[in-house]
Amino acid sequence: MSVTTSHRHRRVAESRSAVSLQQARLPRWTPPVLALVAVGAGCGIGLGAGLDSTIQWGLIAALVFIFGTYALTAAVEGARQAKDRLATSMVWIAFLLAVVPLASLLWETVARGSKVLDGYFLSHSMGTLPDAMPGGGIYHAIIGTLEQVGLATLIAAPIGLLTAIYLVEYGRGKLARVVTFFVDVMTGIPSIVAGLFILSVWILILGFGPSGFAGSMALAILMMPVVVRSTEEMLKLVPNELREASLALGVPKWRTILKVVLPTSIGGITTGVMLAIARITGETAPVLLLVWGAKTINNNPFEGAQQSLPLYVFQQWQQGSDASYDRAWAAALVLIAFVMILNLVARGIARWKAPKH
Amino acid sequence: MAKRIDVSGLNAYYGAHKAIDDISMTIEPRSVTAFIGPSGCGKSTFLRTLNRMHEVTPGGRVEGKVMLDDENLYGSGVDPVAVRRTVGMVFQRPNPFPTMSIFDNVAAGLRLNGSYKKSRLKDIVEKSLIGANLWNEVKDRLNKPGSGLSGGQQQRLCIARAIAVEPQVLLMDEPCSALDPISTLAIEDLIGELKERFTIVIVTHNMQQAARVSDRTAFFNLAAVGKPGKLIEIDETERIFSNPSVQATEDYISGRFG
Repeated sequence: MSVTTSHRHRRVAESRSAVSLQQARLPRWTPPVLALVAVGAGCGIGLGAGLDSTIQWGLIAALVFIFGTYALTAAVEGARQAKDRLATSMVWIAFLLAVVPLASLLWETVARGSKVLDGYFLSHSMGTLPDAMPGGGIYHAIIGTLEQVGLATLIAAPIGLLTAIYLVEYGRGKLARVVTFFVDVMTGIPSIVAGLFILSVWILILGFGPSGFAGSMALAILMMPVVVRSTEEMLKLVPNELREASLALGVPKWRTILKVVLPTSIGGITTGVMLAIARITGETAPVLLLVWGAKTINNNPFEGAQQSLPLYVFQQWQQGSDASYDRAWAAALVLIAFVMILNLVARGIARWKAPKH
Repeated sequence: MAKRIDVSGLNAYYGAHKAIDDISMTIEPRSVTAFIGPSGCGKSTFLRTLNRMHEVTPGGRVEGKVMLDDENLYGSGVDPVAVRRTVGMVFQRPNPFPTMSIFDNVAAGLRLNGSYKKSRLKDIVEKSLIGANLWNEVKDRLNKPGSGLSGGQQQRLCIARAIAVEPQVLLMDEPCSALDPISTLAIEDLIGELKERFTIVIVTHNMQQAARVSDRTAFFNLAAVGKPGKLIEIDETERIFSNPSVQATEDYISGRFG
């Protein structure tokens, strides 16, 4: 064993001294051309062999691309570059696997949803319209979603923020560990369980009826741990030197947190809260249990059933008529757009509030 | 303005670990006192006990007395926040507040402690920036972020911020170790001017710096790694560098160890 290794070492050493620093390289256009060839091969083999599933075509194309790249690079550039290209092509394929479903989902929703999406759809409720009839709209659902999510944010954001500040700035010892543990547990609560919890406490025990507010409480339970976690991470990123600089100026700790720590991290904290909002906007289960859904406009979130966008999508889909399918897709498109806008706003705020250099 | 510091029997701990052991010394007002010694000997820890910043570190604990004129900083009922207003501090790495402009950075200590009239704030900021030898470089861009300045300017900005609250004592923890020689010279000149008004204590690893700027020098050392740091001797800087009374000081200064 040792003899062979030392022998190999010597060979490597010899070959290294002989080799110049330059070596054969594949031209830059090789990967895209290979990708085209692979796609062509996938389609050709698929058609020739009469394979029905386009997934099989794609798999063949992927395999041809990976092995083609590897073989070609190994022949021209050497083994190390071949491994490098192999890893690169794997990463590309993983990227495509992730993006293709997302893009097709977006495409599908836009294509089907834009059919009935217009000003009328956005500004009218379902009213007394029978489900099988075309027409109607989602105004009541938009109002419901805005109010429920808004109330949930009003409950969850301050509590989550203060919890995170406690954990990072003050929390030491047992209490902090217990709080962290429960935040972790809360992160894992399924949304239906949060809904059932509020259902049993608020509606069954305390005897209140269904309302947007009941839904907000369940959504707040889901939102809180997300806010705590993201805020905690952002506060931890604030350098300790800034806290010390402020304390050394004779600024009390609470003012240091308020005037130095929070402003430094406000961009990241807002982003976290916005993403948490985006996450709960799509929740259906607790809304179904606690808000019940309605066909007419109810502007009061504290009394009576309300509608919300995800629930609307669900109920329209359940109706099973062509008109309600169209409405479901359109409402889904509005929901996706809403979440996307929230994400963009969050990014904008993060960039705007980032510490300047 | 400047006050005398009288330390007696001071021990400082990080949790169970004793970092400095039984330190007693007197720091004269309107003078520069330099702390030198190898890394880990407790110079910075001792410095931080002088404005109660040591207890900010989790597990940080102090025993003993630090008299500022006739008030014990560790007496019962003493508010650490008030102590830090009286004893200012400049840190090793320049740390201006990244969200604030140059003006706001200097005004931070005042603004965060109470309300001031805009015109009065302006006067204080200008005076502090002039005091820190930075006014001419930044007077046209007071509204620009403080983190856009060079390292040496940032450190002078931090000094301006520290002197804006009119402390009696200014503690400096290796204020030049992250700076180039030109900026270091600027800060050293500044220290020479500031000692007319403040009691200055400076920790430094640079022995020439200690010799250049300080009136008195204290040498710290530790018996072994993990043992607490001790004050070996404190004397006139000239004495310490020419004819110290302890052999270890001479060994350290002449580069035989450390």
